[in-house]
Amino acid sequence: MSQINRITGGLVDRSRTMNFTFNGKSMQGYAGDTLASALLANGQVLVGRSFKYHRPRGILTDGSEEPNALVELRSGAAQEPNTRATVTELFDGLTAASQNHRGSLENDFMAITDLASPFLSAGFYYKTFMWPAAFWEKVYEPIIRKSAGLGRLSMQEDPDTYDKGFLHCDLLVIGAGPAGLSAALAAARSGARVILADEDFAPGGRLNSETYAVDGMSGTDWATQAVAELTSMDNVRLMTRTTVYGAYDHGIYGALERCTDHLPGAGGKPRQVLWRIYSKRAVLAAGATERPIAFGNNDRPGIMLASAVRTYVNRFGVAPGKRVAVLTNNDDGWRTAHDLVAKGIAVTAVIDTRNGPAPLEVAGARHIRGAGVVDTAGRRALSRITLTDGQMIDTDCLAVSGGWNPAVHLTCHQQGRPVWNEQISAFVPGNILPAGMVVAGAANGALSLGAALTAGRDAANAQLSDLGFTAPDTAAPTAEDEGFSCEPKWHIPSGKKRAWVDFQNDVTVKDIRLSHREGFKSVEHLKRYTTTGMATDQGKTSNMSALAIMSECTGKSIPETGTTIFRPPYTPVPIGALAGRSRGKDFRPYRLTPSHEWATRHGATFVEVGNWLRAQWFVKGNENGWRDSVDREVLNTRNSVGICDVTTLGKIDIQGKDAAEFLNKVYANAFAKLAVGRVRYGIMLREDGICYDDGTTARMSENHFVMTTTTANAVLVFRRMEFARQCLFPEMDVHLISTTDAWAQFAVAGPNARKLLSKIVDADSQDMSNEAFPFMACGEVTVCGGTPGRLFRISFSGELAYEIAVPARYGNSLIEALMKAGEEFGACPYGTEALGVMRIEKGHAAGNELDGRTTAHMLGMGGMVSKKKDSIGKILSQRPDMNRDDAERLVGFRPVDRSQKLIAGSHFLTKGDEATMANDQGWMTSVAWSPSLNHSVGLGFIKSGHTRMGEIVRAVSPVHNTEMDVEIVSAHFIDPEGERLRA
Amino acid sequence: MIINHPLLGPRDVAEFIYLGDACLIDRPDWEADDAAEAFHEYGYLRDNIAGPMQELWYHEQGDRSWLVVTRDTLTHEITNVEMARDVARARGRSK
Repeated sequence: MSQINRITGGLVDRSRTMNFTFNGKSMQGYAGDTLASALLANGQVLVGRSFKYHRPRGILTDGSEEPNALVELRSGAAQEPNTRATVTELFDGLTAASQNHRGSLENDFMAITDLASPFLSAGFYYKTFMWPAAFWEKVYEPIIRKSAGLGRLSMQEDPDTYDKGFLHCDLLVIGAGPAGLSAALAAARSGARVILADEDFAPGGRLNSETYAVDGMSGTDWATQAVAELTSMDNVRLMTRTTVYGAYDHGIYGALERCTDHLPGAGGKPRQVLWRIYSKRAVLAAGATERPIAFGNNDRPGIMLASAVRTYVNRFGVAPGKRVAVLTNNDDGWRTAHDLVAKGIAVTAVIDTRNGPAPLEVAGARHIRGAGVVDTAGRRALSRITLTDGQMIDTDCLAVSGGWNPAVHLTCHQQGRPVWNEQISAFVPGNILPAGMVVAGAANGALSLGAALTAGRDAANAQLSDLGFTAPDTAAPTAEDEGFSCEPKWHIPSGKKRAWVDFQNDVTVKDIRLSHREGFKSVEHLKRYTTTGMATDQGKTSNMSALAIMSECTGKSIPETGTTIFRPPYTPVPIGALAGRSRGKDFRPYRLTPSHEWATRHGATFVEVGNWLRAQWFVKGNENGWRDSVDREVLNTRNSVGICDVTTLGKIDIQGKDAAEFLNKVYANAFAKLAVGRVRYGIMLREDGICYDDGTTARMSENHFVMTTTTANAVLVFRRMEFARQCLFPEMDVHLISTTDAWAQFAVAGPNARKLLSKIVDADSQDMSNEAFPFMACGEVTVCGGTPGRLFRISFSGELAYEIAVPARYGNSLIEALMKAGEEFGACPYGTEALGVMRIEKGHAAGNELDGRTTAHMLGMGGMVSKKKDSIGKILSQRPDMNRDDAERLVGFRPVDRSQKLIAGSHFLTKGDEATMANDQGWMTSVAWSPSLNHSVGLGFIKSGHTRMGEIVRAVSPVHNTEMDVEIVSAHFIDPEGERLRA
Repeated sequence: MIINHPLLGPRDVAEFIYLGDACLIDRPDWEADDAAEAFHEYGYLRDNIAGPMQELWYHEQGDRSWLVVTRDTLTHEITNVEMARDVARARGRSK
């Protein structure tokens, strides 16, 4: 029979049965169950194996603090490891599997590690895997890797989609328990924009787990009524299944909404949404977490937190045991015994570590005062406990209550440190809180229901009156102000029996003592030495106990010993949610050139440059591999004409009375005297004197310049120029605008370039003759019968070349028109590879040469840095060491054996020198196969290169394991006199 | 973080690019006798301020204003935001 432990009552919907499997075994539960409650209903007490010793473990808690019940959920690519069964909402068809065992869950082969535990104490790795060093990578690491980790990844791409979103509100209420609901109601009624977020799928918090009355009705009914009122209001956004995981600056909170995790499939919707919530104010009503007490073998399945036992009985209608015992150091534990008896479940004993009278009547239970538990028995589930006086009690469930820790986590995210509260023996939020946050209810140490309801309303009202809202004068909901008395008891001395503090990382009381003995006494050292609190639960149930036990060792008080603070996230956030839609080709935006469609239709292969996709080469006919295409494109351009989309180069429009003077500041060379209708090449320096970009600038009119930058630096150059304009030269009359996207621009290069363009540029708009429009001329033209355009006679290839620009919307038409006009010359389009080959053949520097380490002096352009004027980088570029005679200089290289291929990144050595750093002479920056010369050509920097023409040096690449003799030559392999480009 | 732009109101920090200490506005005089020393200091030496600091932020995903933001580096509290151009003019930067 299924659901053997199901009892009456609870908030589950018994009309909706949910079928699920655990380790392949079919089970049933109801709508409203968590996986944990359904497993308990089916009598599945053993749910996992512990991390280090493979100890059998059961469900400890009822919430996101769960350290034990971690399972693998779903199958195939959607498999997700380390999912907490206690917060997994049950759905029909769910498949779950236990993790971290070899063989079955019941008979884990790796459980033998538990026998070796005397040798595996804290610091075992640090002490053991030290010698010999040769074993680190080959022996130790594979062993450690094999035994590390809990669940397994599917090793497949995540099939789900994730999204991100932004929300704004006046008041964010974190937690929909009694304090949170009370706060949200008060705020909502005042008209403020409210977001109420809770990690659970059912709002109400502990109200759903307890049997208290609020305003004369059951707590659950009151919560339902409050939720109904809130959802009916337009100014409220109620977000269930949403964990506020981090508090950031200026009232910004991170939240993860699990949209479809409770459904069999996402149905095409985002599985989870990562929200960034901008709040003017926030009320933290995150509640509190119950803590266990450490005693001998306290990790046996069937030993649970007392509050969790109440939750399973009251909320889910599940009996975690048939004969339950309670161990407590406070009044709250008695509540569990009381609720169990009310449901007809036998309570054998309430063991109170205190000596006082029973705070509640519990029928049929023995009250054992001033006692504790020192050992437990039962192979895969609890069957018996042994008390301090040696007596044994048969029980299948032990409910443990060690007091409550306020959930102060989010108060620590902005340097806040919790302070010790003696009354409840726990840390409560300190004075420094994230801006705009107040804390209410149990999270603030107010552990009674009545206090939480009042505190929630008061906190919201205080926040809202600061924001100028008037709260309606309604009374706070009323409830019993049950007493809470607690006497600290962190662990019970249990002889040689191991007492577990951190269940997920298998840290015992003994490990903490060892840490103290070996000198790791500070909380930070304790954590790192024992790994306590470092598991996926981040020590929600263990940090406090570990700190208290350390304080016993040191003999200092708990506040003197230290405090535990928390970083985001509160609970784990999947990488998929953090990535959102930034995956694969959407990792970052990409931009398409105006000729992209055309290029796609004409065989282009694309390459990412900056954010652009640029045509790399165009395959034609039966070309076999990229080299065939590139060689053809180069020869076609050099022999006739080629066309290349150069839209991606940054374009900056510069206008104003002081535009020329401004250019003088940002370029190292002089621009003020550039004639209207002329273009000049310019280099830009960083303020430290290093070159960072180059390009051409055209003077379109007296006060109007058009600058081009390299594709990769377009954004950076514009940013720096705005800095210069606004911060350094604020009185200049000059304005900048980026026009990169506004103009489509094509290079037309080759001996037939003029003839081709003469068919495109309207004859009445520009005389195309060499005399009227010489090399480095520019002008406004019209093309194709009246379309406005700009024409620049500039050349990157070294050929007679132009760049022609039209408004971007005409870009596609222009490439069609250019190719048609070029038919009679055999014009071809060329891509970035051919562009690169031609600029290397011509000896033009590009990104490989302007790599952030090179100076104008090294590039052979030292003379261009004007001495007569101020410019950015000028002063520091004059430092003597940046102008040494033996500096590496840009020159060309060719292999002595012309059949050899040069290798970029090779380092140069003088013949006969050993290949050491001390003998390093420089490096090869760019290489290409020159189809014009039929051998490999290269550019590179070599010491005093300009004086070493004809010398043979060695080019060595240890990375490629190659070495060859190369000859130092001029960087200008093609047309060194520049006759072609002036033709 | 949220930066309260003097012209555009509160804007998310994701819209901005950070540069550093607003002392970068005070670019030395290139014709001074100690220009090399002064530029060295300007380029390389910064105070590592724990507390309120004037910083340069650039509204790149917005109106492309450079701003001088007074931010406490310990708490991230922002107490003042000015247009960098106004600050530069007030500090007497001219052509």
